[in-house]
Amino acid sequence: MEDEKTITVKLVFGGGVEVLFSNKRNQSITIPAQAPASGSHPSRPADLRYLILWMSESLLTDRKELFVDGETVRPGILVLVNDTDWELEGELDYELQKGDEVVFISTLHGG
Amino acid sequence: MAPPRTCALCQTARPIVRRPKTGQQVCKECFFHVFETEVHNTIMSAKLFKPGDRVAIGASGGKDSTVLAHVMKVLNDRYDYGLEMYLLSIDEGITGYRDDSLESVKRNQQEYGLPLKILSYDELYGWTMDAIVEQIGRKNNCTFCGVFRRQALDRGAAALNVDHIVTGHNADDIAETVLMNIMRGDIARLGRCTLICTQGEDSIKRSKPFKYAYEKEIVMYAYFKKLDYFSTECIYSPDAYRGHARVFLKDLEAARPSAIIDIIHSGEAFQIGEAVELKAQQTCKRCGYMSSNDLCKACTLLESLEKGMAKLATGDRNRRRLDEEPAPENMRTIPMFHRATPAEPAAAP
Ligand SMILES: [Zn+2]
Ligand SMILES: [Zn+2]
Repeated sequence: MEDEKTITVKLVFGGGVEVLFSNKRNQSITIPAQAPASGSHPSRPADLRYLILWMSESLLTDRKELFVDGETVRPGILVLVNDTDWELEGELDYELQKGDEVVFISTLHGG
Repeated sequence: MAPPRTCALCQTARPIVRRPKTGQQVCKECFFHVFETEVHNTIMSAKLFKPGDRVAIGASGGKDSTVLAHVMKVLNDRYDYGLEMYLLSIDEGITGYRDDSLESVKRNQQEYGLPLKILSYDELYGWTMDAIVEQIGRKNNCTFCGVFRRQALDRGAAALNVDHIVTGHNADDIAETVLMNIMRGDIARLGRCTLICTQGEDSIKRSKPFKYAYEKEIVMYAYFKKLDYFSTECIYSPDAYRGHARVFLKDLEAARPSAIIDIIHSGEAFQIGEAVELKAQQTCKRCGYMSSNDLCKACTLLESLEKGMAKLATGDRNRRRLDEEPAPENMRTIPMFHRATPAEPAAAP
């Protein structure tokens, strides 16, 4: 259930990242709308930094290092928010909005 | 809130991608256009083709060759290259990997209307990778696969009577290879690996139209064009050495996106001195393929498989032990290699 305290976003995986997420190419997830403080980051509205942390804790069981690297995604994984390169959206600081679609694509697999 | 951004090229539309090469923010249409135009410029400045050339696109079903087939088709139509193009796929015989990726090649064939030739290790060598791995295990199987694929591509190209094979190697791949050759101290290969076009004696030209195309842009292009590609890792080859170079390169790129092109340029700047000249080429006494020894690498590896001694085959020192072992009756060999037509004389300067 979505209310003021949670936010629902759609995740899409491609380029081989999906194998880390039970081979599901997309799924809807509901996360707390407010990210708890972590590391040097105070509590704040949920952003991509929090989403990646949440995904690695809640959706990944093993081989986390194939997806995350520190607080961000492993180099070689492209991220798009609503079909826009996250590099144009503030990357980790992008504040999630209700209904956002976040795409993760690996560039590392296959030729 | 920042003011709404606009595309650095058309100054109108909303940007959707940040180009790693230039940092420019560009919209979807401008991104397609600038990506295609840069590949066209690479092709023109290296004078890769002339009208009437028969060109095989090495198609694995993966992202690079899928985007390459698409872009080659677009450019051949847009700029009237006058090329006759084919898709050429090698079936290594890896169950659950290559059979699936060939399905995506077949979908490309339908979509682009290009004739497709599939040549299998099984028909050419009598061995599938599944069977090879059964004999030698998972170590060194990439050596077999690499040698066999290279020759299979040339033979497939000869069967199609093409002049030229284009492959989807991108800037990241080439930068990786430069790094690996530096780490291995392989100076002879270092200069060669950055060449956009190579041609062994008597063999078919091979070129890399994506030499300056970043992997990020290739993947973004495939994503926004909704191209259908196959992205599973080969089940036999988490190619560990390349894997390390790749991770290192991605870290460098994260710190400085131009690192990829910079590394390619440093590779280009290495001069090959006389002392490290590559060995003169001759032809294989058994199969007629070009070789720097009496037997080409594929024939040597095939012989070791046939003798059941393939674990020994990857070191020179073991060559004598292999020679001493009697050949089994009916030992399979590779059919004689020949080009359907002699290479055309070079155009007058
Ligand atoms: Zn534009
Ligand atoms: Zn041979």
